[in-house]
Amino acid sequence: MLSVKDLVVSVGRGPDIVRNVSFRIEPGEILGLVGESGSGKSMTSLALMGLLPPTLSISGGSVMLDDTDITYLAPYQRVRRNCGRVAMIFQEPMTSLNPVLRVGDQIEEAVQVHDPDANASARARELLDLVRIPDAAHQLSAYPHELSGGMRQRVMIAIALACRPRVLIADEPTTALDVTVQRQVLGLIRELCDSLHMGVLFITHDLGVVAQLADRVAVMYAGELMETADVGPLFRAPLHPYTAGLMACLPNPESDDPIMATIPGSAPRPGEIPDGCPFAPRCDRASAPCRSGLVPLVHGAPGQSARCHFPLNERAGA
Amino acid sequence: MGRYVIRRTGAAIATLIAASIVIFAFIHLIPGDPVYVMLGDGATPDQVAALRDKMGLDEPLVAQYLIWAGNALQGDLGQSIFFETPVTQVILAGAETSILLALITMVWIIAFGVPVGILAAIRQGTMIDQGLSGLAMLLASVPTFWVGLYLILIFAAGLGWLPSSGYPSIFEQGGLANLSYLILPSLALAAPNAALILRLTRASMLDVAREDYVRTARAKGIRPSRVVLRHILRNALLAVVSAFGFTFAALISEAVVTETVFALPGVGRTVVQSIMRRDYPVIQGVILVIVCMFLVINLIVDLSYRLLDPRVELE
Amino acid sequence: MRQILMIWARPLALRPMTAIGIAFLLLIVVFAAASPWIAPYSPNEIDPVNRLLPPGGAHLLGTDHFGRDTFSRLVYGSRLALLIGVGVVTFALASGVPIGILSALYPTLGKVLMRMVDVLMSFPSLLLALGLIVILGQGVFNAILAIGLIYLTTTARIVYGVALRLKAEPYVEAARSAGAGPWWIITRHILPNMISPLLVQASFVFAFAQLGAASLDFLGLGAPPEIPSWGNMLAESRIYITRASWLLIWPGLMIVLTAFSLNLVGDALRDRMDPRFRKMVGK
Repeated sequence: MLSVKDLVVSVGRGPDIVRNVSFRIEPGEILGLVGESGSGKSMTSLALMGLLPPTLSISGGSVMLDDTDITYLAPYQRVRRNCGRVAMIFQEPMTSLNPVLRVGDQIEEAVQVHDPDANASARARELLDLVRIPDAAHQLSAYPHELSGGMRQRVMIAIALACRPRVLIADEPTTALDVTVQRQVLGLIRELCDSLHMGVLFITHDLGVVAQLADRVAVMYAGELMETADVGPLFRAPLHPYTAGLMACLPNPESDDPIMATIPGSAPRPGEIPDGCPFAPRCDRASAPCRSGLVPLVHGAPGQSARCHFPLNERAGA
Repeated sequence: MGRYVIRRTGAAIATLIAASIVIFAFIHLIPGDPVYVMLGDGATPDQVAALRDKMGLDEPLVAQYLIWAGNALQGDLGQSIFFETPVTQVILAGAETSILLALITMVWIIAFGVPVGILAAIRQGTMIDQGLSGLAMLLASVPTFWVGLYLILIFAAGLGWLPSSGYPSIFEQGGLANLSYLILPSLALAAPNAALILRLTRASMLDVAREDYVRTARAKGIRPSRVVLRHILRNALLAVVSAFGFTFAALISEAVVTETVFALPGVGRTVVQSIMRRDYPVIQGVILVIVCMFLVINLIVDLSYRLLDPRVELE
Repeated sequence: MRQILMIWARPLALRPMTAIGIAFLLLIVVFAAASPWIAPYSPNEIDPVNRLLPPGGAHLLGTDHFGRDTFSRLVYGSRLALLIGVGVVTFALASGVPIGILSALYPTLGKVLMRMVDVLMSFPSLLLALGLIVILGQGVFNAILAIGLIYLTTTARIVYGVALRLKAEPYVEAARSAGAGPWWIITRHILPNMISPLLVQASFVFAFAQLGAASLDFLGLGAPPEIPSWGNMLAESRIYITRASWLLIWPGLMIVLTAFSLNLVGDALRDRMDPRFRKMVGK
């Protein structure tokens, strides 16, 4: 199981872009990490992978996988130390595959790293079957540009599975795909999560997708976690005004109001984040205590917590 | 692919035809009657008439071009005024020197520019990178003939290790040892061009390193050295290979100067001497041959680039 | 437009090398502007008694085979270097920019013009320049035209590429669909965005013009011998290299440092440029 504790990611000597983020992912569980673009969710995931770009670094906290500290290890170091793996699929299946190598070679390469004794090509075919790519034997010799977007994302999933991951990180894997293909890929991720008993960190800006797919949700804003909860309680009774604001922005087919709600103002940029609660300047419930000092952790339904002075649906004694 | 080969070859032929018209027009753009210019003012009317006749200058321009181009297609580039031999012979006489010079220079360029460019890219931002990038820019700012003169001063006149000028054919006495005559010239010629290839290699390595698929490769847990070799280098070199055509053109251009510095009996020096001698048919012929070679080499580079890059539709 | 000005006026966060390059270029400008006051001798003053003097004494950098003062000739040579650079850049931009922009705006015309540029580019650059000099004759002005012709092609290509990109920008398309004429588009949208790529290209062209002019001088097809130019100084001293090797150092260094400084400046400008166009400029 993956446990992230007080993770801080910063830009060189500059501002922190991920601050004190903590969460856990259990095997067979999908955690949806929701936030606007620039909220730090992608950087959180790259930090978990050990793939932060050279200008960024982890400056605090820890990432534990099955009781092994993997915080500062790049993927190849994790292979060398034989600890559990985290694998990742990315937003752009178009550019995430090497254009000059055949699909089969790219999968086999991952197989060889993680299963040195396996018959790489047989295993690659098995993986393509697993991600539901028809005519696997033939597709192995295709180049990425010969496949559709959905097929490419399936290949990416196959590569990730070749690493035999305990946790799969999916960074907006369906944003670049058509709606019908999106559903298929989401279905596949759910299925693999269940059948392989693998944890999934699903990153998205789309609360609708989270509602369909995730077991639990973490809401991120300006580099911090605002609220964590199981899917049901979160949608039924959000604690944090920001979560509630996001939900109000979802289109509601039953409403007659043609104008969709928005949250006033815009998210602060790293380095311009105010003291206290980062959401306070845009929050209609905010008052003096929100603008400085630490924000308390409040609890709602079992497993639900948020950082807010004036939560919406607090349940006393929870 | 087949259709691409045809289209690309067609474009090359069209460019060649247009270039040949420019080269043909050249002789008519020279102010004054080319025959008098070539023969000098003391020419007798008989000589003038004979040359006019030989060069077909009394025909209409279009007919002249067609005759000239037709002859060129059959390997007849006309007569040298100075040598009074066919231009093709004059070119062939310099071909060995020039081709060997270009090949040896290409070897230096690839042997130095590519690996050092890779080194600079791998060590991006370090002192090594800054030093190498600075060196590359310095080399690109140095006139080849100046480098050549210093090489002569140090290694030929000073240390006496290598010959300073001339080049006896490898088919004559001395055999392959005669290649030592080409070492200093090829080094001088390689300097600025190796610098360009170094910069290009470094830049395209860094470009590719930023690609998403390199991140995918790292995510797989592959060793960093293998990520560089298999995923970055391979894709980066595609861009470098496509620059070889232009490097070759630059080589030919600068060989004109280098061959003059080292008194090499090559085609480039022939051009310079023919300009002094007003031997226009030779100038025309050499330029036509060089343009032809340039187009063929670029065609080959382009087509092989397409073969190496599977993204192109293989019809 | 204001944005562009801000980019250039950004507090001069100069790398030390770039600063040295700019300082050297300023020195050349001072040399050129104040040659008669800086040079201790007339550049063409022949002194047969003091031929091939080594550096030191009355002649700071020695004398050549006519007894002319090397330092004075170097100082006067910077005039020609600047003239060639400014001339070639002006010619290349004044011809390449309209060709590139018109080709981008009018695709049919563009096909023809760009094909002609391709044809010119199939000639090795120095041979193209030599051919033009054979037609035009030798001289400083003709050398500028011949070298300028080489960089007409590269400039037109770059401008064409950048203009095509800009033409496809949503705000340009919006202006076109709102009925803006080509003149409006060129002056309002294309040229202002073209300034930084052109500045970069200009500094590289300026640098390579120095090398091209030096090559022409060396072949005896550039500036006439009576004009003191660094290339001519090298060409003339060539036969004395074993006897008077110092004659080779100074003019060569002037050429190298001028080209190097311009390349440094061009590189620094390019690093500040819009990343979309960065790859299109320079080699």
